[in-house]
Amino acid sequence: MSTKEEREPLFSSKNLKLLRDPLGDNNPITIQVLGICSALAVTVKLAPAVVMAISVTVVLVVANVVVSLFRNIIPPRIRIIFMLVVIAMMVILVDQVLKAYAFEISKQLSVFVGLIITNCIIMGRLEGFAMANKPWPSFLDGLGNSAGYGWILIVVAFFREFLGSGTIYGYPVMEKLGVYNLGYENNGFMILPPMALITVGIIIWVQRSRNKELIENN
Amino acid sequence: MKQFSNRYIFMFATVMVVIVAFVLSSAALFLQPMQQRNAEVEKKRNVLASVGVEATAETAEELYDKYITKTLVVDVTGETRPGIDAFNVDMRKEQRKPVGEQALPVFIASFEDGHTSYIMPLEGKGLWGPIYGYISLNNDLRTINGVSFDHKSETPGLGAEINTTEFESQFINKDLFQENEFRGILVAKGGADDDDPHAVDGISGGTITSKALEAMIYDCLVNYVEYLKKNSN
Repeated sequence: MSTKEEREPLFSSKNLKLLRDPLGDNNPITIQVLGICSALAVTVKLAPAVVMAISVTVVLVVANVVVSLFRNIIPPRIRIIFMLVVIAMMVILVDQVLKAYAFEISKQLSVFVGLIITNCIIMGRLEGFAMANKPWPSFLDGLGNSAGYGWILIVVAFFREFLGSGTIYGYPVMEKLGVYNLGYENNGFMILPPMALITVGIIIWVQRSRNKELIENN
Repeated sequence: MKQFSNRYIFMFATVMVVIVAFVLSSAALFLQPMQQRNAEVEKKRNVLASVGVEATAETAEELYDKYITKTLVVDVTGETRPGIDAFNVDMRKEQRKPVGEQALPVFIASFEDGHTSYIMPLEGKGLWGPIYGYISLNNDLRTINGVSFDHKSETPGLGAEINTTEFESQFINKDLFQENEFRGILVAKGGADDDDPHAVDGISGGTITSKALEAMIYDCLVNYVEYLKKNSN
């Protein structure tokens, strides 16, 4: 992909690390424990979780690139304001587009699209990465982090929808399997927010038992 | 860290705000027609749902035009108020006006088998946010043909259950009047008697939403009482 020999290749190992790390060992949700609020709120069903993941990806990637492009001319004293304005603009755009093209989903996500503004992952990546790096690494970093956020969201939503409503992406799996006739009942508890926290907890536990280096010393 | 003058900071902020404002307002202008259409389709679907017609986003307009044969606006004395489009009446705005000035929309649906339904909008306050819906009455203008409820932000699994078919189907054939006196529908905590024509089961764990729904039905329909009485047969 790279055009000149002396330039760093687009997918150098350093750049790939930006993409890969947030998926596992530096996951924004399970390791940095950021963006938990929306992980609890929109994971009752898969469909909103997927749309939320896509929305966060769009907002984070674009905001990362924009902030990175302007990083040398943003006055440091108003950099946080600049980031907020960029994030808010992107969130409003996403919200408007959803209202126009995916009305049903936007109704389900209701306030949570607006709450992307307060998603700590986005602010964290802008301040921590995009302000100090070139646009292309920032693009990868945004993609990596939102994917890391997104896959946790989707896994949590999968279990909550499957166990709580007996469906997968709206398809009534449990009913087709016929387990209701055997006396099985949906676990209504899975629909409530606390179970999202416990599901995230289980993911964190599995991850740390596989990679002991992630366990904090205290 | 580079130093920037105050002048530069102000310039930067101003340019930033102007650009963002331009982007957002053009997006809003560009997307507005589709958003309005979505809201209209949604409203038509809700109206149709109260008479038991399931419409998708694609079929809503066609089915609405087919079944909803007449719309009118009445006032609290039961008189028709000409010149107002029932479809565009915003109940939330109407409820802020004094009762005498409120425009009360009625949608009349006719079916192939000859029976007609009278549909009225409902609007009330739930536990966390607004609850709303449509209620349709049979030809006698006292028993319920069907309802469709929805809510903005009731608790999933508890209050949010008001928009499930199980809950809504309880209302069918319930009587809004006792003898000739309007009394609404009781949404009973702990369950209603099966043969009680004026009550349905409330939602376990959703008592506040259940009671809010009961109040919504009463408060909205009590204004229609004169119209209902005049036109019942």
